[in-house]
Amino acid sequence: MAIPATAPARTGLIEVSDFNLAYDTLDGAVIAVSDADLVVNPGEFVSIIGPSGCGKSTLLNAVAGFLKPTSGIVTVDKEPVKGPSADRGMVFQQYSLFPWKTVRENVEFGLKMRGMGKSERAVAARTLLGLAGLSAFEDHYPDRLSGGMKQRVGIVRALATGPKVLLLDEPFGALDAQTRVIMQQILTNLWQRLGISVLFVTHDIDEAIFLSDRIYVMTARPGTIKAEVTVPLPRPRDAALQLSPEFVQLRADLGALIREESLKAMGGELNEDALKGLAVNLNGANLAEVV
Amino acid sequence: MNSIAMKPAAKSAPIAAPFHLAGDGGVHRPVAPGHIVLRPERDALAAVAAPDRSFTGRARRWLKLNAHTIRAMLLGALAIGLFILAWHVVTVNRMTFYVRFLNVPSPEQVLESARTAFSTGAFLNHIYISCRRIFIGFALAAVVAVPLGLLMGRFQLLKEFVFPVSEVLRPIPAIAWVPMSIMLWPTNEESIVFITFLGSFFPILLNTLHGMANVDEVLVRAARCLGATERATFREVYFPAVLPQVFTGLTVGMGVAWVSLIAAEMISGQFGIGYFTWEAYSLVQYPDIALGMITIGVLGLASSFLIRIAGRAVTPWSRAK
Ligand SMILES: Nc1ncnc2c1ncn2[C@@H]1O[C@H](COP(=O)(O)OP(=O)(O)OP(=O)(O)O)[C@@H](O)[C@H]1O
Ligand SMILES: [Mg+2]
Repeated sequence: MAIPATAPARTGLIEVSDFNLAYDTLDGAVIAVSDADLVVNPGEFVSIIGPSGCGKSTLLNAVAGFLKPTSGIVTVDKEPVKGPSADRGMVFQQYSLFPWKTVRENVEFGLKMRGMGKSERAVAARTLLGLAGLSAFEDHYPDRLSGGMKQRVGIVRALATGPKVLLLDEPFGALDAQTRVIMQQILTNLWQRLGISVLFVTHDIDEAIFLSDRIYVMTARPGTIKAEVTVPLPRPRDAALQLSPEFVQLRADLGALIREESLKAMGGELNEDALKGLAVNLNGANLAEVV
Repeated sequence: MNSIAMKPAAKSAPIAAPFHLAGDGGVHRPVAPGHIVLRPERDALAAVAAPDRSFTGRARRWLKLNAHTIRAMLLGALAIGLFILAWHVVTVNRMTFYVRFLNVPSPEQVLESARTAFSTGAFLNHIYISCRRIFIGFALAAVVAVPLGLLMGRFQLLKEFVFPVSEVLRPIPAIAWVPMSIMLWPTNEESIVFITFLGSFFPILLNTLHGMANVDEVLVRAARCLGATERATFREVYFPAVLPQVFTGLTVGMGVAWVSLIAAEMISGQFGIGYFTWEAYSLVQYPDIALGMITIGVLGLASSFLIRIAGRAVTPWSRAK
């Protein structure tokens, strides 16, 4: 069976060090990420948050193996990442199910690529779909599913091959708030059951706190790691936790950090008028001087 | 359909406001600010009427679901009927406006000539030969153009190499190839098949290429990080992703194949429905001209229809709602 036992994970160590990545454009190199360092320990749930355009996706895509760092190293279990592989499951912000495959065929895809037999992979896929509450939809084509279901299938598909790490790039960004909360719970359950490492990109602070063991905060572009927080909340976590003083405090602190960076990121475009009513007082100073 | 009442579980929600159960309805009383008024729970199932499984019930639902199609078919039949009626009127009365219907056969005459034509083997043989040419030319075009389009879409270098040649040859109408084709091929039959091939080749190639350019990159990435090799990605992602567009190309290509075939047959054929139509004109058998035209139309329609059926069968995921 493709589903690893609940044994504590000893694999899935992600290490990113001295990471720089620049995109070549007509106007010269656009430095997306500069000097970033991060670690995800085996079995750990780590989030990256940061303002829009700070290089979160870039970083994640480099860990997935789709992008090569301009300099620096990305390793998983001490092995340098050379390209995409089934060791690193990925869930994308856009829905990325194969429209021509049914839900179950989508989930089976990685196992098929590995050469697993038809009946064997059907059993594995059904088990996983059951865990995610999708059994009733296994023969549906993706266009019949709601957004939340699609992303659930996407997660299950990425987990089916038993990857060492799971990478998620704002997977719930397109979902409504209620669905999102349920999805977070489902992801947490799957993660705890499978015991794999997760690197999760989001711009939603609540989501990052609720899900993560640790959180990295990135600066505006060129993105680098600005702060690192260990979430002090016990597990299992439930919705009521969001009212706890620790949660509220952490949210406020992280919010302040991100706001600072978001303002920096938009610095050129904002003026005092635009910020009126946002309780941001520039006192006549240029925004660039304030932040 | 669904129950709109809140579950009593809502009581555990961290809201300080008291809950009330709404009275038996009727007059709407405003709710005091900060109060949540629960509606009495409803039996969710009661709201869903048991579906009528009887024959009449099914028939009624079928009619309702297919009303649009039925209307379209009725309207289509009506329009064709009107067309034939108008045809009848202008030909039987030998009308001339600026356009002259003096020698144009009437529907009845055409029907009569069809009756005689179908009773002899010669006419069926013309049809058979045309269909065979279409089949060979079109099948060859599909077998060459689809893989070529897939490869060109995947390998930029190949595309850069082949595309300019294809762009130069493409605007030449198949009919302009007739003399050249006769010189190129040893037999007349081969030259006609070649022209049919050319006609359908470019629409198929271009549509396949276009489909390849529009394959969603995120699907390719998803496949790669699920362990798909280059070949597997081609088979499992690119190929199914372009299939709908390939079938668009096949449909267009089939149309052009008929255009090219008929032109070629009229110029250089000894058999075939195009030859039949042109010869009818030379032999002053006017009803046969219309018979030939109608036959060409019906054959063209039938072949596109077959392709559409095949397309639907191999792309079950994109079946219309
Ligand atoms: N192919 C590219 N060529 C040039 N610049 C790029 C390219 N891709 C991304 N960038 C730039 O690199 C920066 C980082 O992009 P990235 O997509 O990693 O940001 P992000 O943090 O994921 O943003 P978001 O929250 O909006 O998804 C952005 O400023 C973006 O404009
Ligand atoms: Mg992004």
